Amino acid sequence: MWNFVSPRIVFGEGALDVLDELQGQRALIVTDTNMVRIGLVDKVKKHLAKAGIDVHVFDQVEPDPSVQTALQGAQMARDVQPDWIVGLGGGSPMDIAKTVWVLYERPDIEPAAIAPVGELGLRKKARLITIPTTSGTGAEATWGIVLTDTAEKRKMGLGHPENIADIAIVDPEMAAGMPSKLAADTGLDALVHAVEGYTCSWHTDLTDGLCLHATRLVFKYLPRAVSNGQDMEARERMHNAATCAGLGFGNAMASMAHAMGHSLGSAFHIPHGRAVGLFLPYTIEFFSSQAPERFAELAALAGYPNDGGEPAAREFARHIRDLCRQIGNPTTVSEMGIGRKDYEGQLDKLVDDALNDTQMVTALRAPSSEETRQIFLYAYEGRPIDF
Amino acid sequence: MGFKFPSDEWVKEFARQINASKAYEESGKDWEGDWLFIVEADDAYPKTVYYFIGLSHGKSTDAAMIESESAREAQYSMRGSFTTWRKTIEGKLDPIQGLMTRKFKLKGNLAKVLRYPKSAKELVNCVGRVPTEFPG
Repeated sequence: MWNFVSPRIVFGEGALDVLDELQGQRALIVTDTNMVRIGLVDKVKKHLAKAGIDVHVFDQVEPDPSVQTALQGAQMARDVQPDWIVGLGGGSPMDIAKTVWVLYERPDIEPAAIAPVGELGLRKKARLITIPTTSGTGAEATWGIVLTDTAEKRKMGLGHPENIADIAIVDPEMAAGMPSKLAADTGLDALVHAVEGYTCSWHTDLTDGLCLHATRLVFKYLPRAVSNGQDMEARERMHNAATCAGLGFGNAMASMAHAMGHSLGSAFHIPHGRAVGLFLPYTIEFFSSQAPERFAELAALAGYPNDGGEPAAREFARHIRDLCRQIGNPTTVSEMGIGRKDYEGQLDKLVDDALNDTQMVTALRAPSSEETRQIFLYAYEGRPIDF
Repeated sequence: MGFKFPSDEWVKEFARQINASKAYEESGKDWEGDWLFIVEADDAYPKTVYYFIGLSHGKSTDAAMIESESAREAQYSMRGSFTTWRKTIEGKLDPIQGLMTRKFKLKGNLAKVLRYPKSAKELVNCVGRVPTEFPG
């Protein structure tokens, strides 16, 4: 027995128009100052105004958002009493929007205890809309939440199926202005979602197709979307790929590349997509003996015919490194500009946090502490995993 | 020959497996908190069974089949039907998925439990290492 949860997804050019006929009194847009600066908040406000909805804005969401930010947003929600909460931006604003919504409806719950157990009883005060402005996080279509515990410099995987958005608006125009670097980082995030969703131990028949197609879309369109920001076909297909991958992994799970990426990201403030994208080939090599046929299928779909087996899985890892290079992303930790001494100084914490990340529970092969340490070290130098 | 489930011998072997696990010792080194596992009667087994499992700093401090839920104090409890527990022991049901689909019900400080997914996973591995015989 398992569940597949999804918002109503309105996608394609003009999708934002769905806001024009929204029923409600007050909306709280949860976003960041960059979204305000580049005019995307105003764009959403104009649509909500057509629906006669009074709009308030919480724009204090930072990258790697903290529990404290979520608490501030929840306080604003209690002050404003919205019947719609709108998460607008990349993964961080959408994750904070989900958390604000839960805390607004359930002030008795502490953020660190938002877990997929029991009932939350949401939708008594408000409902949630997600509008992604990057193409990769998939947070518009998942119930997962990642918050940072700033005291312990640790990312926490939280969320409950009830806190999935009611409506996800996947409008390519909202992501059209992404700089190439952001398109590259977030596009890799979509790829990691697709690959891990397809190969983790919780994958299902209902998620496999979404993950396979998202992989195909990323390999086909990400280089174009990065090299030419005016290539709207590529940008739109990547926007769709991100949502497909989000639905896929969100109803299965991510895995070890996410666990390691969260760990590195919180220690060294590396953008999420860049961190998880870097670790993916290493974790594929580590898992290659466990499910070679699934990696081989992904490789074939990505445009690399193969004879199957473990060598095909390792080839797939190599192709992902090639894709990273093609879009200008690092394939080693040293290329990220992290000094070896600093890295080794954090290694115990990196290993400990990765092993205790919730995404690790679906790893095809349970790594020991020493194996995890070695994978971190191999990734620093760019050595393919050989154990 | 296996250990009959449910029985006191079974839970004591589970504790022995925990104490033999280097991986649990490592991942649960900061954990403090005892558990009650409640195996509820269903069509496959007629009697509800209660297990106490003491866990502290990577070791099992005590393990016993007890008379009732209130016979020993524990900070956490996990409750499910006999059939759900059987599927978990046989490796057919991931207990975390069991919790998410409400086949298992958990009581206790959830935020704390969420900080130890690796040790939870290793406890499941220890369950899998107990050679188990089921009734019927």
